[in-house]
Amino acid sequence: MNAPTYNFAYLDEQTKRMIRRAILKAIAIPGYQVPFASREMPMPYGWGTGGVQVTAAILGPDDVLKVIDQGADDTTNAVSIRKFFQRVAGIGTTTSTGDATIIQTRHRIPEQPLHEGQVLVYQVPIPEPLRFLEPRETETRKMHALEEYGLMHVKLYEDIARNGHIATTYAYPVKVEGRYVMDPSPTPKFDNPKMHMSAALQLFGAGREKRIYALPPHTEVVSLDFEDHPFEVQRFDKPCALCGAEQVYLDEVVLDDRGGRMFVCSDTDHCETRRANGFFGEMAEGGHDAQTSPLRGGRTEGPGGGEDGTNIPPPLTPPLKGEGNLSRPVAGVGSCKTSETSSFDCVAQAEGTPPGRTSSGHPPLKGEGSR
Amino acid sequence: MYVAVKGGEAAIDNAHRLLADRRRGDRSVPALTLDQIAEQLALGVDRVMSEGSLYDRRLAALAIKQARGDLIEAVFLVRAYRTTLPRFGYAEPVDTGAMLIERRVSACYKDLPGGQLLGPTFDYTHRLLDEELDGDAEVGPGRLRMGAEEPVSRIADILGAEGLIEEDLDPSPLDEPGDINQTPMEFPLSRAMRLQSLSRGDEGFLLALGYSTQRGYARSHPFAGEIRIGEVEVEVCSPELGFAVPVGRVQLTECQMVNQFKGSAKAPPQFTRGYGLIFGQSERKAMAMALCDRALRAEELGEDIVAPPQDQEFVISHCDNVQATGFVEHLKLPHYVDFQAELGLVRSMRAEHAEPRDESLPDMKEAAE
Repeated sequence: MNAPTYNFAYLDEQTKRMIRRAILKAIAIPGYQVPFASREMPMPYGWGTGGVQVTAAILGPDDVLKVIDQGADDTTNAVSIRKFFQRVAGIGTTTSTGDATIIQTRHRIPEQPLHEGQVLVYQVPIPEPLRFLEPRETETRKMHALEEYGLMHVKLYEDIARNGHIATTYAYPVKVEGRYVMDPSPTPKFDNPKMHMSAALQLFGAGREKRIYALPPHTEVVSLDFEDHPFEVQRFDKPCALCGAEQVYLDEVVLDDRGGRMFVCSDTDHCETRRANGFFGEMAEGGHDAQTSPLRGGRTEGPGGGEDGTNIPPPLTPPLKGEGNLSRPVAGVGSCKTSETSSFDCVAQAEGTPPGRTSSGHPPLKGEGSR
Repeated sequence: MYVAVKGGEAAIDNAHRLLADRRRGDRSVPALTLDQIAEQLALGVDRVMSEGSLYDRRLAALAIKQARGDLIEAVFLVRAYRTTLPRFGYAEPVDTGAMLIERRVSACYKDLPGGQLLGPTFDYTHRLLDEELDGDAEVGPGRLRMGAEEPVSRIADILGAEGLIEEDLDPSPLDEPGDINQTPMEFPLSRAMRLQSLSRGDEGFLLALGYSTQRGYARSHPFAGEIRIGEVEVEVCSPELGFAVPVGRVQLTECQMVNQFKGSAKAPPQFTRGYGLIFGQSERKAMAMALCDRALRAEELGEDIVAPPQDQEFVISHCDNVQATGFVEHLKLPHYVDFQAELGLVRSMRAEHAEPRDESLPDMKEAAE
């Protein structure tokens, strides 16, 4: 038997067309869950197969892919998915939020605001926001059709009655364009405001549950709340211990068994970029030159950028080390951000703005007719 | 001191190298060949073919070897490969009545056309460990016999001739049986779609559900009308030719459960059916599937839905072991971000919880105030 050969981006073209049709429908009805004939993928269900199928369906040869899990590019599953697309699509990858044309994510939205032409692909475990209130798909679809969201409001009210506040911290339900209640995937509610009016296209893929939904750019996304209990995002008492960023989402790192803790940016690219630009937190020590360590040397400085709410301004210098503008991949720039032993994320961009790219930056959808 | 979690790729590569090493095990022990697996672990191969939904013994054996004998992992490997294969079309319905029988038993009749044929079964073996198998003792060949002279009628046809059992029809209005690979699952499913899902469903899950129906959860008084194992010819109708041509043979296990039914306003009293059909040899799975199929027909037959095996959303949504294992095991993936969010909430709630006791506030604030 011959060794199995796979199509560009793994999925066959028929399957990609089927997924693209679902994506187009999802874009046309923001927040509506479109059923699609999800395929088995070579990674387990529940490990990002929905996101991987969406990415595979929209990926073009000129795309630059970033994959994050928990905000980090180097968590094992993110590494694994990035490697998968390098292998089956041979595309360029990056860890830089600004350089990526497609960002596949699990559980976070990058701190740096996304720009027009970028696509954020979410991995979704349970796409149905009403699932834990009503386990039956037949019922929940009816509830969406009739815009019957009272149950959700009752749940949130009961939270307040019992606990004094809404006890949902992630996968916090949102309402899209005043119509569909949508699960934002299990991102912390901290990230919900970033979905609102985002310039990027946001696509959500749930492989096991066979659903795709979408937020076109500049879509109204409102977190559910009450007038007297307005929606609030998490706040951290301290800035990032490594880069000093405030108003960003932090990971708690256990330092010892005596209660020692430090808080560091969950978005590793944001943290590294800030440190490269000379911002350091209280625990960023001098003397470490290894690029792979976030303890990279340098002086300590006061809290840096990102102070004004969740609308974090881009880093002082663009992540591309000063070449060109932020909104497009730039010619001839390697997108290597770390000095990993292998060169897996050091793929140089052969071209600048790829020929034939539409203003939406979404080549496969455009190019479908030419196949 | 905090050491950054970096080098995920190197860790993955090293883990996979170790996995390859452990898979091979002691190098002084000869490596398994695929033939050995296909020939001597044939029922494991059959399970991988049936739950992997791909009839290919060699690939199933390869998957078992690669998965170190973890059959669900092997099923997953086969499925992930299968999904990349081109689709040429659909075969004609196979005729299990024309099966080349290797085993055929009925619990309903002592004798019936075609007879009872035990075939290669574990039934009536005494489960005593056989130390002889530690070596490679000579094993004599099975006794060869010509096929039955008379046709081996399906029990459903025997009962059906008298009108004692319901007709073998899919009550769904669809002309096409549908394809669970090509259409998103939307409930309620037709019986054909349910049977497709059950046939590739997890043996253990169906076994437990089927067992529960015997113990009173949606009891349906089953009789093993017939179990048959053997090969059938698969035919494909090609549009160029305009007629069906055989493309190969597959081994199948078929189970017809005969279940009691009192009758309703719509139907006279008659036996009803539960049906199981599986790739390869797997009686346990085919019988469990037939019990589940019958239980899932509750609504169609006007029975009360009182137990999980009758609930198609419950059964069909959870019977796929590739989906189930993926989602259960995804809990291994990092959830730092959400856990952090919960940590923050629990800390703040604990702080609030402690407050009224310390200050012994006289009255609680009105809820949701």
